[in-house]
Amino acid sequence: MFNSDIIRMDFPLLKREIKGKKLIYFDNAATTQKPQHVIDTLSTFYAKHTANIHRGIHTLGEEATVQYEEAHKKVAAFIHADSWREIIFTKNTTESMNLLAYTLPQLWKKGDEIIITEQEHHSNYLPWQEAAKRHTLVLKVCPLTSEGIIDIKKLQKLLSKKTRIVSIAHVSNVLGGINDVAAIAKIVHKNKSLLCVDGAQSVPHMPTNVQELDCDFLCFSSHKMLGPFGIGVLYGKKTLLERMPPFLFGGGMVDVIDTETTWNELPWKFEAGTPDIAGAVGFGAAIDYLQDLGMNNVYGHDQEITSYALQQLKKQKDIIIYGPEKRSAVISFNMKKVHAHDVAALLNYEGIACRAGHHCAQPLFKTLKVPAAVRVSFYIYNTKEEVDLFIAALDSVRKVFA
Amino acid sequence: MNEYMEHIMDLYKHPHNKGKVKKAEINNKEKNPACGDEIEVTVKLKKGIIHEIKFDGQGCAISQAAASLITDFVKGKHIDDVLKLDKAQMLELLGIDVAPLRIKCAMLALRVLQRGILQHKGMKKTEIFLSDIG
Repeated sequence: MFNSDIIRMDFPLLKREIKGKKLIYFDNAATTQKPQHVIDTLSTFYAKHTANIHRGIHTLGEEATVQYEEAHKKVAAFIHADSWREIIFTKNTTESMNLLAYTLPQLWKKGDEIIITEQEHHSNYLPWQEAAKRHTLVLKVCPLTSEGIIDIKKLQKLLSKKTRIVSIAHVSNVLGGINDVAAIAKIVHKNKSLLCVDGAQSVPHMPTNVQELDCDFLCFSSHKMLGPFGIGVLYGKKTLLERMPPFLFGGGMVDVIDTETTWNELPWKFEAGTPDIAGAVGFGAAIDYLQDLGMNNVYGHDQEITSYALQQLKKQKDIIIYGPEKRSAVISFNMKKVHAHDVAALLNYEGIACRAGHHCAQPLFKTLKVPAAVRVSFYIYNTKEEVDLFIAALDSVRKVFA
Repeated sequence: MNEYMEHIMDLYKHPHNKGKVKKAEINNKEKNPACGDEIEVTVKLKKGIIHEIKFDGQGCAISQAAASLITDFVKGKHIDDVLKLDKAQMLELLGIDVAPLRIKCAMLALRVLQRGILQHKGMKKTEIFLSDIG
């Protein structure tokens, strides 16, 4: 295991003060802070290697192309993909989802079915809802268990001969529940349907092996795992990606333009136009950083902080906690008789950054029957001392609302 | 603690004009997409002038205090003048520094009322944009 007190020194932003208090950054499910190594990589790229990729027959163009491809390879190794060509860079998880929701239905028939679940973030909800409207497909929403994970028995019942894809979050961004993707993959594939996994909240926090998960697609974002904004990933099995029509059209994605235009090879077929080259290279640096720590250690640390925070929160009689006991590094809660926004705003006066609202999961909040919740979410640089300060800061909220 | 000054907390704990006006001519219920709060404004008019007004719903201290203040303020005013009220006037009524991300909370009740007035004037809900309001 690593020492968070030492890791913190790599993150310049964590030295900041907020409202005269030491910053406690508990909004990692929204985005993580960036280590100096990632910031330096970005600035070095811009200072020394700026050039467009693929085309420039000059040294700079070559350097940029090699580094950009290298970033694909780092991501492929990180999630154990068969080939780096299965890694498509998008701008974020949302775009990855849209890529699938715009292209796959072109291969389907009217009346075909899509299954999502009650826990989904809007990014894994709206693209499919819109695709269903455009292509006259049926969108089914699978309920959760009372604990707050996907109800596999109910999912089994929703599957039909017409089910083309099941798209689920590995980890809920509100409840933190960890779904058994491998088990779900088994029943989905037995039904001859595809499985897409929203890994935005799982890939940053645990070892990811797409061979073991056996998902057909996996979407996640660089900025939630120490990397820059503007870079997302769509992983897809090569045989599927090859058979899919392109998403965006333009430079770099075409092979030969003729009456029968043909598309470039993977991953370029899905990366039209100049991508965020520096962002991708910076993302590669973030992956190096995480690999050095070891994702097993990252998981261990995040679990330790999360269960400690859960344990401390449970001791508070006026706190209602949502979601299962076994969870990733996310805890959503409410303080009785105080609105979530007020809790978050008052915690901010204590230097604690957390989030309040529906966390882009409105359908889930309908089920929970509350308008909003406060969410604290942790990462490698958070410590138990910070959790203690957060618990103590809840008193400052109580004082105002007493 | 700018946003949580005593007068705001007082209004939160003891709201003005909470509830529903019976046989209301203006009735608009909306959600604040930022936080999921729901607020309903009901109004009885006399010749275009706000005679009775109430608000209902749950929300954070800022949105609830703002609802109390604005419902007090518009009583006796013509609906056309209410449509002209803007962000600066709402913030002046609140008398606190509202953080940028909480402006929506502060504006919720006024916007629900204004969109209710526009519907009363015959506009469809889907046709109302922010630019229609002061």
